[in-house]
Amino acid sequence: MSDATRIETRSWFHRNQQTIAPWLFLTPGILFFLFYVIFPIFQSFNISLYEWDGLGTPAYIGLGNYENLYWEFVDRDAFYTALGNNILWLALYLLAIPAGLFIALFLNQTVAGIRIYKSLFFFPFVISQVVVGLVFTWFYDPTFGLLNSILGLVNLGPVNVLGDENLVTFGIIAAGLWPQTAYCMILYLTGLNAVDPEQIEAARLDGAKGWRMLWHVVLPQLKPATFIAFVVTIIGALRSFDLISIMTEGGPFGSSRVLAYYMFEVALSEYGFRMGYGAAIAVVLFLIMMIFITYFLWSMYREEKAR
Amino acid sequence: MFPTPIEKRARATQLTYQSFLPLALLLWLLPLIAVAVFSIKPGTDFTNANYWGWPSSFEGFTNYGRVFFDSDMPRYMLNSVLITVPTVIGAVALSSMTGFALGIYKFRANLWIFFMFVAGNFVPFQILMVPVRDLTLNMGLYNTKTGLVLFHIAFQTGFCTLFMRNFIRALPFELIEAARVEGVAEWRIFWFVVLPLMKPALAALSVLIFTFIWNDYFWAVVLTQGVESQPVTAGITSFNAQYRAAYNLMSAGSIVAAIPPVAMFFLMQKHFIAGLTLGAVK
Repeated sequence: MSDATRIETRSWFHRNQQTIAPWLFLTPGILFFLFYVIFPIFQSFNISLYEWDGLGTPAYIGLGNYENLYWEFVDRDAFYTALGNNILWLALYLLAIPAGLFIALFLNQTVAGIRIYKSLFFFPFVISQVVVGLVFTWFYDPTFGLLNSILGLVNLGPVNVLGDENLVTFGIIAAGLWPQTAYCMILYLTGLNAVDPEQIEAARLDGAKGWRMLWHVVLPQLKPATFIAFVVTIIGALRSFDLISIMTEGGPFGSSRVLAYYMFEVALSEYGFRMGYGAAIAVVLFLIMMIFITYFLWSMYREEKAR
Repeated sequence: MFPTPIEKRARATQLTYQSFLPLALLLWLLPLIAVAVFSIKPGTDFTNANYWGWPSSFEGFTNYGRVFFDSDMPRYMLNSVLITVPTVIGAVALSSMTGFALGIYKFRANLWIFFMFVAGNFVPFQILMVPVRDLTLNMGLYNTKTGLVLFHIAFQTGFCTLFMRNFIRALPFELIEAARVEGVAEWRIFWFVVLPLMKPALAALSVLIFTFIWNDYFWAVVLTQGVESQPVTAGITSFNAQYRAAYNLMSAGSIVAAIPPVAMFFLMQKHFIAGLTLGAVK
């Protein structure tokens, strides 16, 4: 190759490198992500139209799986129980946000050792949900659990939280709220750090304090923290799987199932490998999640445009 | 500062606050403290129904010793390390590149690609489960650590890209322009200008991803099966089956499984928190 052409190619790359470079940087990440995340979403939609045990040839049944879900032809009282529990999770999990704010306000002081207190309060979030699940299973245990020991002191109980169809979901959500509250707390603690002290002082001079101060002056400044707390809590609620799997395996009598767990059970457990049916449940969960994802993206989009 | 700093309050309020703090913490961590107490009790305390009384003897060393020398726990821990560390390296490497591309360059598809990563990161795992399991089976990677690592890298790239891109956006753009005027090649700008500035983000993401992956349970159950590849979160259920009703050992096992991310958090607290707030709350 002559010198002239080499300079020519170099300068071609040089001239266009600002157009080419981003794609070179993006390629490995995008390929990985498409391969493992984006394509599988569409594949799941496709699989949900088949009856398939994961090994043999899939049989196309159109919307059959969805009809089975809607009318509960296959598992009686399973789909709507799971769906109802999902809604319960969503609603109650959001309590982590005010609870986290409350603890953050409680800890936002500068006394000796407060940093250690803050980290120890955050502790539950760092532990895996599997361990949180075990810890709470033992906490609720009817024979030796701490909960019943405490209830026993005031002559109440014993309650078998995880064995009671009406209590079980609340018990698991309480366990889930423990780490989630810690997460929201840390979000608000960092948020409170950034609150403009001058505005607070000015409001104080105007006679604002307590609730009014919190609502009108502090909370508006905590909006970014609240947004993230909202996002992670919603996602966390809909993703609830580990705790249910560890604490009850969906029981008693399937009363603590959520869609995420029901799907897993249908597709990969002793009930047989019903991949198509499982995929249909996953699609339903995905569509619920998509409502929130769209909202999150829309908020982000508006913020990007405002910049 | 809000609420009013406690040192500006009456002495009595200050004292109440300071005595209330440890009490509140104790209450908050009660379930965990209970497990810690369980883990140092002898097994006989449970057969004698001495659940909450003083341990009849201190058996901490025996219990933890049995976890480490008498079970598959060390193997599961090693598996967790071998799954977590490569994932952290892979995801951080991929996303520093994607984050750079999306944060620095202006092109039409930019925001859409960014949104693809963000949306994918929020998707429920179950919608990926059947196809990803199938894919892993077909590649012959089912029940291997590699199979799990590859998936984790791909999935975490979504979150990491979100984080990296926002971080790079906040860097002074003049630096990059100055380098371009000097005629520095784009990959050199990435390597010599931007990457050194990204150190805090790299640290934050590494601790965060470490914790996420260490604590993952769902994919461990879906993609692996036995002691040769399962991480500790999935292994602990087999451990508990082995020591059914030996609550002292199960408690010790749970604590051992929880320690690495906890240690990571306490060592790298500042970075960890910066990561959790997605860099959006400063």
